[in-house]
Amino acid sequence: MVAQAVRRLIIAVPTLLAIIIAAFLLMRAAPGGPFAAERQLPPEIERRLLAEFDLDKPPAVQLANYLGDLLQGDLGPSMKYKDKSVADIIAEGFPTSAVLGFSAVTLALLVGGALGVAAALRQNRPQDYAVMAAALLGVCLPPLVMGPVLSLVFGIQLGWMPTGGLARDEFSIPHLILPVLTLALPQIAIISRLMRASMIEALRSNAIRTARAKGLPEWQVIWRHALPVAILPIVSYLGPAIAGVLTGSFVIEQVFQLPGIGRQFVIGALQRDYTLVMGVVILYAFLIILLNLAADLLYGALDPRVRKA
Amino acid sequence: MTDIAVSAPPAKPGRSLWDDAQRRLMRNPAAVASMWAVAVLALLAIFGPMLWVHPVDEIFRDAVGIGPTLQNYHWFGTDAEGRDLVARVLFGLRVSLLVGVVATGVALTIGVAYGAIAGFFGGAVDMAMMRFVDVLYSIPFIFFVILLMVTFGRNLVLIFVAIGAVEWLTMARIVRGQAISLKRKEFIEAARAAGARPLEIVFRHIVPNVLGPVVVFATLNVPVIILAESFLSFLGLGVQEPLTSLGKLIVDGSRNMETSPWMLLFPAATMVFTLLALNFLGDGLRDALDPKDR
Repeated sequence: MVAQAVRRLIIAVPTLLAIIIAAFLLMRAAPGGPFAAERQLPPEIERRLLAEFDLDKPPAVQLANYLGDLLQGDLGPSMKYKDKSVADIIAEGFPTSAVLGFSAVTLALLVGGALGVAAALRQNRPQDYAVMAAALLGVCLPPLVMGPVLSLVFGIQLGWMPTGGLARDEFSIPHLILPVLTLALPQIAIISRLMRASMIEALRSNAIRTARAKGLPEWQVIWRHALPVAILPIVSYLGPAIAGVLTGSFVIEQVFQLPGIGRQFVIGALQRDYTLVMGVVILYAFLIILLNLAADLLYGALDPRVRKA
Repeated sequence: MTDIAVSAPPAKPGRSLWDDAQRRLMRNPAAVASMWAVAVLALLAIFGPMLWVHPVDEIFRDAVGIGPTLQNYHWFGTDAEGRDLVARVLFGLRVSLLVGVVATGVALTIGVAYGAIAGFFGGAVDMAMMRFVDVLYSIPFIFFVILLMVTFGRNLVLIFVAIGAVEWLTMARIVRGQAISLKRKEFIEAARAAGARPLEIVFRHIVPNVLGPVVVFATLNVPVIILAESFLSFLGLGVQEPLTSLGKLIVDGSRNMETSPWMLLFPAATMVFTLLALNFLGDGLRDALDPKDR
């Protein structure tokens, strides 16, 4: 298992490098530059600005310089926010995005898992159909629809919760309820469907029949014998779930006006803030690779067949 | 007067996998209903904008932002610029379905060819091709779709390609798994003995036999892509005026929802209905084509 982890980490290096280069070239290929939109600058000043950010050199040199700085852990200065480095901007936005994403994934796992198990235990009965109908609806109601609707109903009409922003830039639970819920809903739907299917299959296995035959109480059959097997597909879904939450957070941060980095990325891409975009891409690529690896290792730890292989 | 039939009764035709699947599908009321729903939606998308009384871009200056009314056929009301919302929704449905179907087509073409080749040839080829897929899987693709849209402008063709190019990975994995289990079957052996070249075997014998799961995946993939397009629209990177899509209508509607909720309600309901119909159809097809999964 350690060998597997090391091998995956070694593969991760060229992957990251490829991502960095692809993003770098795409960004430079975009028409316009960070200073094109501003009012006409005197040529002398524009030349100094370009030189300051290395933009007067050929792209290959720029890339080499950028990679060199990156190796020393320097993400460079932002090209749009004066006097701020990319690291500063990410450090400001990351806690918001991380809390949002982490809460949503946790909520989705707990609620989705519980609903899926409940449906599987009452297969083909009203409770099962109710959960599955709700899950199907959950898949079809994108955050794009749910976000505005939830904030209209609970925020404006009922006035129970704040509709957006953070109270004095600090975290408070009421401000996070709606965003986290909106972000988690599609994942709850997907996870409950997965969980139901795998739980039904697990309950049909011979091991479960044996466990029942030897007279174990039903809750032990489920908790100790069925659940550990049934949970494996959920673990392997963790990677896509994290990616899905990440994508959704772009929308959620805009709908609820949360100062996270998903927003910064979109704004940065539109304004050609090269260094900011690169910084966010690198951070998220790194996180996704790391979390995928963690999910795979967890899978290996839970599944003895993989552990021995 | 009539000749007495002397010929033997015609040989009973064998029942193929597809015949069985069709019978199972027809017996599933949810699947049949969703099939009708998808057919109606497709017809509405193709012919609706042509047949509706109001053109999509006509502006009614005396009826700006009015709610649903029977008057002058503004059944869904009009938007903030005075355009008829029924016409907008029909047109948006057309664009959304088009994006969903064409992008799925792109994903299918790449994914099926890639997966079948990797699975059939196996060994080092398979190893290299699938590692490449693994690497791509770990890339946050949404960034690249955003960057692609920013770089190359926002036209419809690029939306197809960008989304399709992201979605083919899962398809490749599914097809590869199928191809591996198929290549040991006797009919492949027979084809090889008859002198078929490897690529011929892949495309003439393997690909037609993996179509079952492919059809299921494709049906379930269309709603995913419709959602992806609405996501791009939300960021202002989707289809551009004068074109519109359901996603774009929803985004516009959510910005006006406090004053004119119908602008959110009707496009959102249409989208949810479309996605539900496609998901039900996909589930029905899976149950019909893959009965062991029940």
